[in-house]
Amino acid sequence: MTDIPVKPADLAKVLRPPRSQWRDVWDQFKTHKGALVGFGVFIFIIAFVLLGPIVWRISPTYINPNVVEMIKTRNLGPTWDHPLGTDQLGRDMLARMMAGGKVSIAVGLTAMSLSIFLGTLVGVLAGYFRRLDGILMRLTDLFLALPLLPLLLVMVMLFRDALASRLGVETGTFLLIVGAIGVTSWMQCARIVRGEVLALKEREFVLAARSIGTPPRRMILRHILPNVMSPIMVAATLGIANAIITESALSFLGLGFPPDFPTWGRLLFDAVDYLQEYPIRVIWPGIAISLTVLSVNYIGDGLRDALDPRIRGR
Amino acid sequence: MLTYTIRRLILAIPVLLLISLIIFMLLKLAPGDPMAQMPLTVPPEVKAKMRAALGADKPLLVQYLLWLKQFFVVEPLHIIGNMTGYDLAGNAQRVISWQTRSPVADIIAQRLPQTLTVVGMSYLIGVAIALPIGILSAYRQYSWFDQIGTFVSMVGYSVPTFFTGVLLIVIFSVDLGWFPSIYDTTLKVVDWASFLKQVRQMAMPVTVLALYNAAQISRFMRASMLDNLGQDYVRTARAKGMGERVVVLTHVLRNSLIPVVTVIALGVPQIFGGAIITEQVFKVNGLGQLLITAIYADDLPMVQTLTFIFAVLIVLFNLIADILYGILDPRIRYD
Repeated sequence: MTDIPVKPADLAKVLRPPRSQWRDVWDQFKTHKGALVGFGVFIFIIAFVLLGPIVWRISPTYINPNVVEMIKTRNLGPTWDHPLGTDQLGRDMLARMMAGGKVSIAVGLTAMSLSIFLGTLVGVLAGYFRRLDGILMRLTDLFLALPLLPLLLVMVMLFRDALASRLGVETGTFLLIVGAIGVTSWMQCARIVRGEVLALKEREFVLAARSIGTPPRRMILRHILPNVMSPIMVAATLGIANAIITESALSFLGLGFPPDFPTWGRLLFDAVDYLQEYPIRVIWPGIAISLTVLSVNYIGDGLRDALDPRIRGR
Repeated sequence: MLTYTIRRLILAIPVLLLISLIIFMLLKLAPGDPMAQMPLTVPPEVKAKMRAALGADKPLLVQYLLWLKQFFVVEPLHIIGNMTGYDLAGNAQRVISWQTRSPVADIIAQRLPQTLTVVGMSYLIGVAIALPIGILSAYRQYSWFDQIGTFVSMVGYSVPTFFTGVLLIVIFSVDLGWFPSIYDTTLKVVDWASFLKQVRQMAMPVTVLALYNAAQISRFMRASMLDNLGQDYVRTARAKGMGERVVVLTHVLRNSLIPVVTVIALGVPQIFGGAIITEQVFKVNGLGQLLITAIYADDLPMVQTLTFIFAVLIVLFNLIADILYGILDPRIRYD
């Protein structure tokens, strides 16, 4: 036996504390410049929307009750009192941008959660239980064949008043739009998840788990779901962008939120009427929507690379 | 291939029936009344008669079957009758718009040309821009051209069309005054001057839609080219001394176009849906704008017909994409 002396450098390599998977993901994510910038921009927008109203205390719906004063404060350009100017009723645009962003991003996140939940549910069920596969995938195909934007418009038109009178304008519209977007955007996620689950089902660890008698419920929650998290996360990121665009499009067509409840799309829609006189008012909400969606798309791009073990660590 | 096509066509029928049922039930179960717009002075018995004339008093299933008959039998007969001059349908009840009290199909026929010229043109231009960009940025991967192309296409599909459209109006109509911001449908192209006018009014909506489409298709083109450029047959072609031009433009391009062509086919119906927003921005009175006005006016027959036509387009182009894939790629044979 010859003793190979262990060099201190090798020892340090061997004894280095184990790195968690998420640490690796973050390291890979950091190498994607676009994703990093997108992440920074997204954090900034969230901070602007959530912390902004604490600093900037003008109410987004405040209209000067004195009519003469109100008329004087209408359609102002940028001043120190109103950095983004005021709208046709003298409401502060900066405050409205903050309030609008809060709603837009809330709609994006909630609708994305709903669609990811539905998509994962359908995908896992279809992939795991062979008996459900046929019918669930036909359902997915059926939903993919529906004309989504027209149907969304129709749903909003039909149920907006009924829900608004029952739950109040804000909650009713919010639930309706989130529900409508969620119900019409889960199909991509379901397809991806099903494919992953089908591949996972053939792996040895699943066989091992089944051989010791793991019931299907625990099988899915403990073994399958954690392993399909990466594609779900990518789909979720892109889902936020999709939901924000759809909500803005609905609001832009006048079939989203009511006027005294601003969202970015609604602000854009209101500003289009004054396009000739005050074009700058169109630009702000448009830039806000575009920046948010762009940053989220870049985050999704970076996440896709970072979560792919074949690319990671190269 | 033929048996596959026929099988797919037959399979499309239940899908279309289910979609039509979904759309029908969605509209029927929703709160809303065709008589809601009537003045209050109209006596109830007259209202009941009007309801019966619209067929709104029968059971749901009967209404659904009647609508199917109208859509699939009566309307095509009327359209064929109008084209050939023979009266095939007789006095059969057509799908009547509540807004204008005229047949839905006639209004759609009036609106279709505007949508087809603007949307069709923008899709063609979008594809024409996207393919060279995709090819070049795959061939020169990670070059400055590729970097810029990637960034522009990322921006292209992140910035919603309703913002690009409005932005173009601000710059080119309000500030520079080059193009009109409203599409004039009554314009007839008779001479050079009116042709120029038509080009000018189409410029902005076509640009907006073309950019949006080009952004998506160029990504597909690039990915598909990259997949093929690394293949062994490319090395073989180079090894036997073929010119770079032949290798890329004949060998690689033809193989990479297969998935892209299906993506292009799949995108056609989405264009009709997506054009709703662009048509609204530029006031093009095409199908999308018709849908929006019908929705505002609670014109259910119009909404129902248009939504269903969009669904038919999607099913049809899915079918076309699948068949194209089989024809273009000999490795894929469905039967």
